[in-house]
This record gives sequence, C-alpha cells and structure tokens, in this order.
Amino acid sequence: MTDHELIWRIAGGSGDGIASTSQNFAKALMRAGLHVFTHRHYPSRIRGGHTYTEVRVSDEPVKSRGDGYNFLLSLGDSFARNPSEGAYYGNEEIKPLSENLDELVEGGVIVYDSGLLDTDEIENFDERVEENNWHVYDIDLRTIAREHGREVMRNTAGVAVTCAIADIEPDVIKSLMSDAMPEKILEPNLEVFDDAYEMVQEEFDVDAPDISVPSGEHDEEQVLLSGSDAIAYGAIDEGCRFISGYPMTPWTEVFVIMSQNLPELGGISEQVEDEIAAAALAMGASHAGVKAMSGSSGGGFSLMSEPLGLAEITETPIVLVEAMRAGPSTGMPTKPEQSDMEHVLYTSQGDSHRVVFAPGTAAEAYYQTRKAFKLAYEYQIPSIVLYDQKLGGELSNVPASVFDEEPNPDLGSVLTEAELADAPHDDSGKYQRYQHDTENGVSPRSLPGQKGGRYLATGNEHMPAGHISEDPDNRIAQMNRRMQKVDSIRAELDDDGEFNTVYGPEDADYGLITFGSQQGTVEEAADVLNENGHSVKVLGVSELMPFPKEQVSEFLDSVDESLVVEMTASAQFRGLVQKELGGYGDVMSSLLKYNGNPFEPADIVEGFETALLEGEELPDNRTKFVPKVGE
Amino acid sequence: MSAFSAIGEETEKDQNEFTPGLEPQPTWCPGCGDFGVLKALKGAAAELGLSPDEMMVTTGIGCSGKLNSYFNSYGFHTIHGRSLPIARAAKLANPGLTVVAAGGDGDGYGIGGNHFMHTARENHDITYIVFNNEIFGLTKGQTSPTSPMGHKSKTQPHGSAKTPLRPLSLSLNAGASYVARTAAVNPNQAKDIIVEAIEHDGFSHVDFLTQCPTWNKDARQYVPYIDINESDDYEFDNTSRAEASEMMFETENALHEGTVLTGRYYVDESRPSYQQEKQRIGEMPEEPLAERYFDDSYEWERSYDKFLGKHK
Repeated sequence: MTDHELIWRIAGGSGDGIASTSQNFAKALMRAGLHVFTHRHYPSRIRGGHTYTEVRVSDEPVKSRGDGYNFLLSLGDSFARNPSEGAYYGNEEIKPLSENLDELVEGGVIVYDSGLLDTDEIENFDERVEENNWHVYDIDLRTIAREHGREVMRNTAGVAVTCAIADIEPDVIKSLMSDAMPEKILEPNLEVFDDAYEMVQEEFDVDAPDISVPSGEHDEEQVLLSGSDAIAYGAIDEGCRFISGYPMTPWTEVFVIMSQNLPELGGISEQVEDEIAAAALAMGASHAGVKAMSGSSGGGFSLMSEPLGLAEITETPIVLVEAMRAGPSTGMPTKPEQSDMEHVLYTSQGDSHRVVFAPGTAAEAYYQTRKAFKLAYEYQIPSIVLYDQKLGGELSNVPASVFDEEPNPDLGSVLTEAELADAPHDDSGKYQRYQHDTENGVSPRSLPGQKGGRYLATGNEHMPAGHISEDPDNRIAQMNRRMQKVDSIRAELDDDGEFNTVYGPEDADYGLITFGSQQGTVEEAADVLNENGHSVKVLGVSELMPFPKEQVSEFLDSVDESLVVEMTASAQFRGLVQKELGGYGDVMSSLLKYNGNPFEPADIVEGFETALLEGEELPDNRTKFVPKVGE
Repeated sequence: MSAFSAIGEETEKDQNEFTPGLEPQPTWCPGCGDFGVLKALKGAAAELGLSPDEMMVTTGIGCSGKLNSYFNSYGFHTIHGRSLPIARAAKLANPGLTVVAAGGDGDGYGIGGNHFMHTARENHDITYIVFNNEIFGLTKGQTSPTSPMGHKSKTQPHGSAKTPLRPLSLSLNAGASYVARTAAVNPNQAKDIIVEAIEHDGFSHVDFLTQCPTWNKDARQYVPYIDINESDDYEFDNTSRAEASEMMFETENALHEGTVLTGRYYVDESRPSYQQEKQRIGEMPEEPLAERYFDDSYEWERSYDKFLGKHK
C-alpha cells in the first residue's frame, strides 16, 4: 500500500445498496483523476448476509485489489436476522463489522453505524482497536439518514464521513450524485451528505488518521467498467446481435448487459429453457447468418459440451463465454476460481478443437472477445472467452480510447449468391460446403435462403456436400482439414503476438507465470519482490488454445525457475504448460489458492519468499505450495 | 437486392424439386412409415410452391434424423432432441425461411421433451413433425416415451411400468397453436395437414404415426385409421381448447386399444406467433436480422458512442 492510497471497504448486507454506493464512489474518484479498482465479496443469497466491496484508489495505476485495506465503512446489515444458538451462519447482526477486522491494516479507520451495530457484541473489540492503533468513529448514520429522508440513505452519510476523514473534496461526490440520482431523491441525499459531513467535522477529530487521497488528472478520458461490460461491448462492436442464455452466476452479468442493450441495437436476446438450448440457439442463429453468442458458468457450460461438439463438426461459428466460479458441481456460486480451465479446453466428444482465450484485464477482455468473434467466423470454429467471477465483477478505470474501434459486422467466410453460382456442386445439386482441398482448412459456407447454396449440416461425419458418410478416406480428409484450421489459427495468433504479456526486467532470474484474471495481481507482486531485492518477471498467458508454445517456452528458458500462480486446487494450468511443451516440470513450482478468494499480491510475495526460496512451509492454509517435479 | 433471393421465389409445383438430384439410398427399412413423412413433406412443399433453397429442415437423431438427407433443401441434422432450438433461432434470425423441424418420439418427446414444451409455449412460427412409432428404432428396438404400458423390450424385459406420454395433450397444454395427428398410412391427409401446418403462423405440432415394421410389429397403429374431421361420430370444434382437449384425451386412450384417430385437433389462428409478440414489444427487428449483414448502407452502432457515456 503506497502512502497516497485509500483502500476503502464498504460493508453491509446484500440488498443494502453496497454495490451501487461503491460504484458511484469509485466513479467519482476516477473523475477526479485517480486510478480505481474494485473488488466484490458477496454471498449466494438475495438480501442480507455479509457483503462488502473494496474500492482501491491511488494516484498511481493499480492492477489489483491490493493487500489488506485501510478504511472500513461498516453500515450494518438491515436484513440481518436474530441468530439462534449454534446457527451456522453465525451472528449476522454484527458481521459487517466483526467479519472485516482481520484484514484492516494498522492505523486504519473504522466508521460504523452505531444505529445498527453494537461493538459490545464483538469479542475483544476495544483491545484490538488499541493493539492496531485503529481510529474508530461511531456515528448514528441511520438517524442522520432518517432525519432527511429514508434509512437507506445512510450509505450517503457514510460516504460523506469518508470524505471528511480522507480529505476528499465533497464536490467530487456531490456532482456525481447529481448525475446518478433522480431529482426526487437527490435533494434529501445531498442534505444527508452535508449534515453528516459537517457533523463529523465538528464532533470528531478527522485529522487523526494519516489517510488522504490526492486528486490528479488523467492523460486521457477514462471509463469505469467491469470485465463483464468489456466482454459485452466487445461482442456488440464485433457485430453480435443475437444472444441466448440461461441465468447462472457469474455469467448472468454478461447476459443481462447484452439483453438490455441488444434490442436497442435491433438485435435479439433469448432467455431459454436450459444451456443446451442456449448454445443450440446461438448456433442456429449463426447458421442462418447472424453473429451470435451464448455463455454460462461451470455447471451450465457442462450442458453446452454437446452443442459445442456439434458446432465444431458442422463448422458453425459460435462464441461462448464461460465465467468460472468455484466447483465441483455448483460449488461456491459467488466465489472466483479458475478450475473450469480443463473442462473448457477439453469437453465434448472425439478429437474436438476450439479457440480459448483467458483475458487478464478488462481491456484485454474487450479485445479478445472481438478476436474470438473474428476467429470463430473466419475459421468456422467455436471460440470461448474464459474468465472468472473476479474479472467479470471487478470495476477498473480503462482509457475510453480502448473502445474507439470501428465496428466489424463481417460474417467471415461466407459466400455471396454470385460466388455460389460459380462454386462447386455435387451431382445432387448441393453446394460442396465441406470441400477437402483448401489452403487454411476453411471451406466457405452458404446461408439458408441463398440461392444455390443448399447443403446438409450434420453432426455425423459427412461428405463435402454434407451427406453422412463413414468412408475412411473422406473421414481422414475432413478430420485433417478441421485440424488444419487450428494450425492456421495458431500461426495467426503467433504473428499477432498481442495477448500474452511479459512484465518486469528482461534478464530476471525467476519467472512468475499465470493466466487470466490473476495477471494484474501477479504483476504487482513482482514489483514488490523486485523492491525486496529479488529478480522476477511475469508472463500472463491469455491464449490457452491454441497454446502459445513458442512464447511460453521462450519465457521458461529465459529464467532459472518459475512459480506458476493459479486459482485451482490441482495445478491445472501448470499441467497444461507441461502437456503442451512436453516438459519443464523440473523448473516449475505452483502456488495455488482455492479458498474462494482471489490472490492478493502479498500471498504471492509470501509464497515466493517463504516456500520457493526458503523451502519453508507457508504460515497458514490460505495458499498451497506445490514444489517442482522431483522435489 | 436481398442476399437471400431464394426466399419467396416460386418453384415449379413438382415434388421432384425436393428430391435430391443424386438420391442417397435411404437407410430406412422396407415398409417403414418414415417414407410416408418424406413423401408428404415433398408433396406439401410442392403444393405450397416453395423453393428448396428457402426451406430449412432440422432433425434430431434416429431414423427420423435422416429426413433431411433425402429431402432437397437446406438442412441441419443436429443431435439428440435438439432440432427445435436450432430451428427456433434460425427462424428468429431470418423469418423469411420456411423452417421445419423433425424428430422421433424418443428424440422429440424424450430427450428433447423440454425443448418441445418450451417451443410450444413460446409459439415459434415453425412446424414440428414427430415421427411417432412408439419405439426407438435406430438403436434397435427399445421402449420409447410413447410405447404402451407393459411394452416389452430389451431394456424393459418385464414390460414398461410407465404410462405412455400424451403428445397431443402435452403440446395443447404447453401452448401450441396448431396440433394435429396424421399417419403414414394416409398420404393424402398427411400432405394436407403438413401444408396447413407450414402455412399456420405459430407453432404447429404434427404427431405423425409411422409404423416400424422391424422393431414394433405389435403397435396397433397399423389398423385403418379414422379421420376425426371427416367422421360424423367425432363432431367437435377444433378451435375450442376444451373440446380439443377432450378429443385428444379420448384419442390417446384409443390408440393403444386399437382405434387410430387422426386429424386436426386444435387450430388457433388468433394467437400471435412468438416472432410477432417479440416484434410488438420491440425485441426483434421488423427486417430479417440476417439481411443486415449484407446491407452495405446499414450503419452499425458501436459501444463507444452508445453506451460508454454511462461509464464516464
């Protein structure tokens, strides 16, 4: 945590407006020229239960939630139920305060709503405050809110108190409130804000904690958005106008954003009976000439494995997104993990192939979603954007120019009717849609309704015009052609070299390798390690299939050994690297985390210094170190 | 000019148009009822003056799944039970297409039962033909959802303990706006019903009784059938949901007792199709979505201009 850094945690019950308040807070500070990053923690229930959002604010660029936090705004859980003896959810009434104390750093600030929370019920509260030199502000936020409006406005009161203590210019927040709130509730909210701001300044010592947030200025215009927003906008800009899905956390976010925006763009959104239908609909729309996508999370994606194979053998373009959460089965619905990786890479029958991207940042999620569409439609192959609850839900500021790209409605390898007239047909009058000899494996398709383009798309092995066939020579030719597409895609991606990120000093001794959403966190950890006198660089892999063999082996060869960082329990990503490269097991150790929370930079620093270098056991069971092969 | 010029093109009224120039050898057994479906569909398409290139026939898995191999049009032979979701989306993407889905009783009422129920509920403007021979044919003779109670097969050696599914009642209750039953043994009625089903604006479910001479010799549906719309004994109003429901119940009981009744059971011309509903509420464009990708003058909106404002 740098000096000019606020990591603000707002805690309460689900349904108490924690998400919207923190989003507005983050956006206001982004507008004030700062860098922001949010992290959400929420339970799988509608109302009540321990939930918090962290907003990290700094005048320097930030890539992760950071380590610990220094400001707790505890609003209380207005939906908390009285606990019964031995209830396994524990004492919900005090959770927004008691559950959050462990990660609050020394010298940090606690603001709590004394209208809802009682510190007498928290074990050793006063002792802990003293030990940690915490600054405690007990303020009856609820009463302030009630005086001017409604109880729910205590969030606004809490934000006002934050501004007073952290030296945030009130107008930064108030101008955003004016933009975000309808007139009817704006006035009372502003009154609540002013009242709370003045009250805390008059009655409390707001200068005691050493926390302040300077404002700054961005070089270019920024937008605050989540990975889910970025994926949806990538799809829209690539001309996707059809989405079909079934709700499942956390993929639902992309589905909702698309469903709310597509009708306005003249597109179609379909919520359907199950995920098999969802993927099949996307395929049906794509087959008929529309850019389409679907998606799901773990369990729902299992159902899509069947249509996925059909898309591959019929060579129907389809883009799926998969938002990972902790499994197996329904696992932990609102907690991030990366353990669907192997499932997504290998599911479906036979020798089946697809393109799989695992973006590391919101900007990359946008670019790779677009690339996923380009490849799917050009090469007529399923492509998947694999991300997780962390990337999908966290907000960060991204330059608006990232999204300033021309739309691309190109359907890829589709023939026009004029081209179809000259194309080869078989004796039955059908278009030879699956021709054998093509340069890159791609055999252009026709669309139903086009004159002269009739063919049969089938999940069975088929002849060039689509008729089912078990002829051995044809089988080999078709299989080879489909596999040739993967080689062509690999060559195209290698040429681009856009997405696999190397970070840190080129001549470093050690490597940190990761994939997907952990990229930013690992990069921050590398900065700390290098400050601590180590010599470390990072490879964030964002292409999983085809696997960037050259880039990864080059990186591994350039360092003495590497630590592979991933949110799985069985080191899936390390296994992928070994499988694809046929070795390197003796120079890679793993640091794994699968307790429902993403890595924090300190986890990685600790794993590297303690377990990898010192060979000592990690002090707690938050992360797990797996040594390299042979140790 | 449309990128899909086959749509709306009048073809010669000759069913041979719908026979592939090089006819694949059908893998159906001699005497199979599936030939009757193929013949009826060809006859109906010709009578409707459709062009082969504007038709799309989706199928599932099983003997029925081969229908589009022997029918000359665009085709999508999908996977077990999935002919409907593919068909639905193709029709939404390009409403100009004539979309016919087909499946067997195992395929359509078993593994695809969920899609069947929901497609009927949503009233998509497609025609669904179910080859109902009360048996799994291609997997060599197992009990299907429509096999009668007590039916013995390799997988039910002691006889089925299950009541057969009532496909007509099911689709009526789920929301289909056209429900009929016909049989391969009456090609004229079958053709007429498929013509009506394709013309009907909404989900048309045709339960098509197809005898399986190889695996289901016991099925009673080989006996001469009675056309309920022609017979004075069965006078009822097929636009009345209540009367249709009663009639279906009777029919579905009678089938396994050896009386085969066929005809139009329910016709609701007043209910708007799903496409119309979606357009009414502003969730589907008036022009076919698929056409837009060929329209050079269309201005594609992008997220930067349209949505990023709220993130600033």
